[in-house]
Amino acid sequence: MTQAMTTTERVSSELQRGGDVASNQFLTFSLANEEYGVDILRVQEIKGWTPVTHIPNAPAYLKGVLNLRGTIVPIVDLRMRFNLDAIDYTPTTVVIVLSLLNEGRERTFGIVVDAVSDVLNIAPTDIRPKPDFGTVVDADFINGLATVGEHMVMLLDIDCLLRPDEINAIASVGE
Amino acid sequence: MATILAVDDSASMRQMVAFTLKAAGHDVVEAADGQKALQAAKGKNFNLVISDVNMPVMDGIALIKELRTLPTYKFTPILMLTTEAGADKKAEGKAAGATGWIVKPFNPDQLLATVKRVLG
Amino acid sequence: MSIDITQFHQIFFEESFEGLDSMEAALLELGGGSEDAELINTIFRGAHSIKGGSGTFGFTEVARFTHVLETLLDQMRSGQREATRASVNLLLESVDALREMLTATRDHSAIDAPRIADLIARLEAMLGHEPTQATQTKSAPAAARTQGWRIRFRPHADILRTGNDPVRILRELAGLSNTGDMRVQVDLSAVPGWDSLDAEACHLGWDIDLHGNVARAAIDEVFAWVVDEADLHIAPLENAVADVAVEADTAVTGELVVERRRSEDRRQGEDRRSAAPAGDASSIRVGINKIDALINMVGELVITQSMLGQIGDSLVQDGTQAQIEKLRDGLAALERNTRELQESVMRIRMLPISFAFNRFPRLVHDLGGKLNKQIELRMSGENTELDKTVMEKISDPLVHLVRNALDHGIETPDVRIAAGKPPVGTLHLNAYHQGGNIVIEIGDDGAGLDKQKILRKAVERGVVSAAEATGLSDDKIGDLIFLPGFSTADVVSDVSGRGVGMDVVRRNIQALGGSVEVRSQAGQGSSFIIRLPLTLAILDGQLVRVGEQIYIIPLVSIIESLQARKELINSVAGMAEVYRLRDDYLPVIRLYRLFNIQADTEDLTQGLLVVVEGDGQKAGVFVDELLAQQQVVIKSLESNYRRIDGVSGATILGDGSVALIMDIPGLIRLTNTPPQAVRKTA
Repeated sequence: MTQAMTTTERVSSELQRGGDVASNQFLTFSLANEEYGVDILRVQEIKGWTPVTHIPNAPAYLKGVLNLRGTIVPIVDLRMRFNLDAIDYTPTTVVIVLSLLNEGRERTFGIVVDAVSDVLNIAPTDIRPKPDFGTVVDADFINGLATVGEHMVMLLDIDCLLRPDEINAIASVGE
Repeated sequence: MATILAVDDSASMRQMVAFTLKAAGHDVVEAADGQKALQAAKGKNFNLVISDVNMPVMDGIALIKELRTLPTYKFTPILMLTTEAGADKKAEGKAAGATGWIVKPFNPDQLLATVKRVLG
Repeated sequence: MSIDITQFHQIFFEESFEGLDSMEAALLELGGGSEDAELINTIFRGAHSIKGGSGTFGFTEVARFTHVLETLLDQMRSGQREATRASVNLLLESVDALREMLTATRDHSAIDAPRIADLIARLEAMLGHEPTQATQTKSAPAAARTQGWRIRFRPHADILRTGNDPVRILRELAGLSNTGDMRVQVDLSAVPGWDSLDAEACHLGWDIDLHGNVARAAIDEVFAWVVDEADLHIAPLENAVADVAVEADTAVTGELVVERRRSEDRRQGEDRRSAAPAGDASSIRVGINKIDALINMVGELVITQSMLGQIGDSLVQDGTQAQIEKLRDGLAALERNTRELQESVMRIRMLPISFAFNRFPRLVHDLGGKLNKQIELRMSGENTELDKTVMEKISDPLVHLVRNALDHGIETPDVRIAAGKPPVGTLHLNAYHQGGNIVIEIGDDGAGLDKQKILRKAVERGVVSAAEATGLSDDKIGDLIFLPGFSTADVVSDVSGRGVGMDVVRRNIQALGGSVEVRSQAGQGSSFIIRLPLTLAILDGQLVRVGEQIYIIPLVSIIESLQARKELINSVAGMAEVYRLRDDYLPVIRLYRLFNIQADTEDLTQGLLVVVEGDGQKAGVFVDELLAQQQVVIKSLESNYRRIDGVSGATILGDGSVALIMDIPGLIRLTNTPPQAVRKTA
């Protein structure tokens, strides 16, 4: 646990340096013993899990909304989003706050992951295209694969995480 | 540089005049009608007054007359902003004590040239 | 120096639109009375300013149009022309056209040239002359160039009193010559002795020989400002004969000045009386995004303050009495300051309702003519302020209600006379603040609602059953007109038809968190009363708890709260559940079921029923507990997520957690929707 928090802290401090971060850097995190990565430029901050406010009749993977310095931010449980077994949240459970582009609009949302792992430099040449099958995760969310040491890291296309139809299914009841 | 009072009820014209004069290094005070201009003129000695003619509350002609009754504005240059058709207004303004006029529409360069004329 | 004058375009457009509004208002006020002179002056000034600005900023089409307009207005101003109904209508049309021209110019779109040409032709026809060029530049007397000029310049004694300096003129003259060769002879003959020397008068004269190739026009320009304050002779150097033409010119101008001075004295008196309508409060223009950012920050401050307050309260157990007192005082001061700051920041967004009312004089004028009705419009409370956004959104419903009052409320003169009423009907718009709300009343002294007709229609259209209809109170009958699909007009008229019913009016008002009701008396008239929150950024809310979740119900939609009694609960056909409250049967909204969460209890008698009203329909919202009432800052859920049925937004509570704000009309609609549909939209 101590080590995990240290990682989080280290990553956070690296995020704050901001300007130094090149676009081929990825924040990696673990989820059900698999490693995933997101483009570090999309990461706004990393925070510990705190209780959220339930959203009525939302998909189960949408845990609820959170107050992030005055804006209301939806929080997605990534395990549930990927149809993996849900686990109880522990002190190492973290929320990665991301900004995603949805039809030209920037939106902020958080993903709940098991733990943050590292910030890795992955050269574009080291990224292989996603396979047609063979991953537990819906291939739609995967941009590519990278091998780092012994591990395989799945690089997420976060713009697909909250599907447009999910966000834009603005119910027109009564409108 | 000179201290200039710019009087016009139209904010866009007034701001354009003020901006142009400020850009040329002058100090500019703005007033939206004759009454306010008169108050400003009493509180501060301006080297030049540039005033629109048609204004609510107190028009430019009345302002010029009032200014000329003040000891400190006996000889101060006062320019009227008139329109091309305002020949009678020019005469009226002159009779009231105006130094001269600037004909609308004018561009910033024309304004500065005229101001330079009266300020020497 | 190069100055970019496009930066003043925006403000030019804004002030021109304001100017057009004042022109329109003044045109509508013209009534042949003693105020007309003042009103015409205002109208003239409006056109004059637009002309000056559009010329300066290079909008030549606008300048040309306003020039014709100004000429007509100038004739009215000087009493050469009367303000007839025809001319007022043509001027109103011109104001409309100008508004469109300016809009098109601003948006870089095409101007409706044929329409403008037609209007100019009609204005010129009224002026009674053939189309002319706007300006005829006087050709200079002689463009001839010579070797130079001999100028006899004898300033009058009081030339200095116009701020003109002869030395400056001499300097300018010297600057004209390409060779710079100018000889000046001073004439001291007029200088009096020391005893009678007036230091403020000019006693000198000059004879100037200006050599070089100088245009006569250039010299005229140098002397242009002083032709009335000097004797001036200009002649080519070879032929030093006095230039008679100039002398004659000067003499004529001098006479004119005397005449004009008299007329100007009169005019000045009029100008003094006409005060600027709202120009006294000085103002700055600020982008709305900057204000919104401020409001957001203040919202945060309110939350922080309430959080600190909670911590303060929890500290009461520990700490010394003195420390606690100090903390309490500090927190109280912080709360006061925060509230005041919030109020002043909110006030930045507030505008007087006259912005919405101002369109009505024109609307009433035009519609009255179309409907052959005589209507006097009275407005009061125009300075009552409300949020800019609320104002924008209430504008259309207001127009609808005003059209409705003119169309269906006020009768034609003959009907009014037959009913023993004055032929001129009155429409009264009134606004005032009441609590945290603004109340807008639209009242007419027309026929009032025809209750029998409303009942008949309501039954015909199945809005109410015949049985229900018999027992309805007058208020309830009035309320029927707000129900969907209801329109009392026998013929869908051009005026208030348009397929938009009162139900839409009510829905739009409710969407703003407001309400609308109608009071009516047969033969005496009707009055529509709109209540609106002053702002959309905050609302007064009732915090309620369902299980672990806290929700906010807007106070404005709450009628009362009560503990349910078993004998008053009825289940209709298994699904729908109603609660009998006096005469009403309220559908019960079980929030835990609708929102799919765990509640403390599912037994209606164990929790509380909050009786709410939305869309003219009442319902009982079943919750576990009522918590505090507080003002909350409304946050958008849509910026990062999406709209949620039954939820109008969210707020942040004192402990930093998020609470959802209930959309009561939405909740009621949701309950009315079959479960299948609910699931589909979720």
